[in-house]
Amino acid sequence: MNKLVIAAALAAGGMAGAQAATITISCGSNAADVEYCGKFAEEWGKANGHTVKMYSPPASTTDNLALLRQQFAAKSSDVDVIMIDVVWPGVIKDHLVDLKKYSKGVESTHFPAIVANNTVDGKLLGMPWFTDAGLLFYRKDLLEKYGLKAPNTWDELAAAAKKIQDGERASSPDFQGFVFQAKAYEGLTCDALEWVHSYGGGEIVDKAGNITINNPQAAKALDTAASWIGTIAPGGVLNYGEEDSRGVWQNGKAAFMRNWPYAWSLGQAADSPIKGKIGVAALPAGTGPGAKKAATLGGWQLAVSKYSKNVDAAAALAMYMTSAEIQKKRAVGGSYNPTIPSLYKDADILKANPFMGELLDVFTNAVARPATATGLKYPEVSQAFWDATHEVLSKKMNGADAVKKLEAKLKQVKRNKW
Amino acid sequence: MKDRARIAWMFLLPMLFLMALVAGWPLARSIWFSFTETNINDMSASTYAGFSNYCGEFGLFCSEGFWQSDWWTSIKNTFLFSFVSVILETLAGLGVAMLLNQDFKGRALVRTAVLVPWAIPTIVSAKMWGWMLHDQFGLINQLLVDWGLITQKIAFTADPAYALWTVVAVDVWKTTPFMALLILAGLQTLPKDCYEAARVDGVHPLRVFWKVTLPLVKYPLLVAVVFRMLDALRVFDLIFVLTSNSSSTISMSGFVRREMVDNGNLGFGSAASTSLTLIIFLTAVVFMRAARVKLNEESS
Repeated sequence: MNKLVIAAALAAGGMAGAQAATITISCGSNAADVEYCGKFAEEWGKANGHTVKMYSPPASTTDNLALLRQQFAAKSSDVDVIMIDVVWPGVIKDHLVDLKKYSKGVESTHFPAIVANNTVDGKLLGMPWFTDAGLLFYRKDLLEKYGLKAPNTWDELAAAAKKIQDGERASSPDFQGFVFQAKAYEGLTCDALEWVHSYGGGEIVDKAGNITINNPQAAKALDTAASWIGTIAPGGVLNYGEEDSRGVWQNGKAAFMRNWPYAWSLGQAADSPIKGKIGVAALPAGTGPGAKKAATLGGWQLAVSKYSKNVDAAAALAMYMTSAEIQKKRAVGGSYNPTIPSLYKDADILKANPFMGELLDVFTNAVARPATATGLKYPEVSQAFWDATHEVLSKKMNGADAVKKLEAKLKQVKRNKW
Repeated sequence: MKDRARIAWMFLLPMLFLMALVAGWPLARSIWFSFTETNINDMSASTYAGFSNYCGEFGLFCSEGFWQSDWWTSIKNTFLFSFVSVILETLAGLGVAMLLNQDFKGRALVRTAVLVPWAIPTIVSAKMWGWMLHDQFGLINQLLVDWGLITQKIAFTADPAYALWTVVAVDVWKTTPFMALLILAGLQTLPKDCYEAARVDGVHPLRVFWKVTLPLVKYPLLVAVVFRMLDALRVFDLIFVLTSNSSSTISMSGFVRREMVDNGNLGFGSAASTSLTLIIFLTAVVFMRAARVKLNEESS
């Protein structure tokens, strides 16, 4: 009897094995990622007779990339479809499949800048999935209560945050003016690049590969940010990632927050204490020569590992997940910014996320981190930058000394060439 | 006799083979890598670089910027951490061991309970303490505020002035049971007659501790300290999980991880890890010389 069952099972397994594949997809680790990635991927699997498994990568982008590079070094086939950050294509280009064969030109309907970012040596290494830019979230109700407007410069933000914080602390002693990401990791590079760029301090390393960070405006930007710690931002912000700052914000304990668009839908959820009280604006500008508003370009792509055992099925899943249909569902439900310009005119998306239409400029003009110029050495460049920033924020060094030291460090990283 | 030796070798062979496979080969490979310039992106493209990772323009030790480098910071941090935490753990462990060596009701239960912090995986206890010490919703900050001890909540894990000491405190919490257990094992082997003689003579308990217990338990104690020292010098997980991982709190192991894993520099990272091994080895030798622990005599 037992033998019969085993034989039947083997036969069934053998027959299904001809087409059915098990595809593992890595697409983020927060609650919304599971809801708006895992669910759609499973639906695709059921429709096409494949089994789809979710893989939860580390929440920190830095750890995520590090682990991925180890898997690639071991030629591991554990993960087939991988969500990759906008700064990664140059770093892991040797380990990804060229998707041109599978996309059949559909990439031309996406933002050209993102497609260009994902194309290395003529190979399309990732399909754009959602784009990101740093945004300023504010409490509409509190700004109104204190007769304030959404700030246009960082100085205005600091003043507004101080005013609200002082007022609110009477009833809520741990109320904070402003929370952001200042843990020593990639997120701090994003935040700090916004400060530096908004003060006209450049992009750390310019497009031609020259190290430009040692300038007075960059130093001023870092000093300004340092002045927030302990005045309008809690000292603990030095250990905050995205979710830590959102934790404080969504509990109604902060007036302003710098974060990515995903925080919108979570803040507007039915169980959120600040539902209906959230405003979104572009991040403020700096002051002095070259000052402007700046947001760091984020965003994620779906790529297929070269070491996957089922490249065709994996590529098909990546194409499905990045299609206009799924991008729309993810935008409406999870406020993931689509990478397809035509979706920004979609009524359902704009109704769910009014800021996407209003802030379209912010998303299309976001400043890129110097990943293309620095290639394989980008992780080191970013780390040197966030370390220098962390030193300034924790008041161990002033901005001018920090950017000077950073320039020397970057020269050491660069050695002869990037 | 020859047969006996041959049979002994045959029995040892599988183990030696396994050791060579899982310990010898990786060690040799990482030492080899330390003399090369290798990136994790393509390990086959490694080039021989001699001693430049150790002592070159951008090397670990004799570069101009050594005193400003993160590597030096990590060495400083690691030794500061090890020194303070091992002293505290030894004192606390000795205290706990002395208590547990007494006869009292429910001793077996207490002995087991004491071991709990040691039994929890470090990653779990680090995360747990991270939440308790959180500056916004952490229990400890809340209690301190409620009791009126502080007015502003303290960012224990983020503020560089507190971060290293927070790590020391959590490590003491976690590792004291280990020290207590090792010392307790030593205490239990002490001959009872010395204590009976002391009691008959009416010697003061403190004097018994200084003149009888401490000299007798000295060797097990020093062995425990060496063990703990070696362990503390390679501290990684606690700092990695608990603090923000900026270079101001980085440990030597953290530096190795950063170079190898985050930056993919297998060559430079291997040089750092080989140096770390040598530094720990030298520290152990110096310590044992200074403490005159003659392990061979001890065991014979």
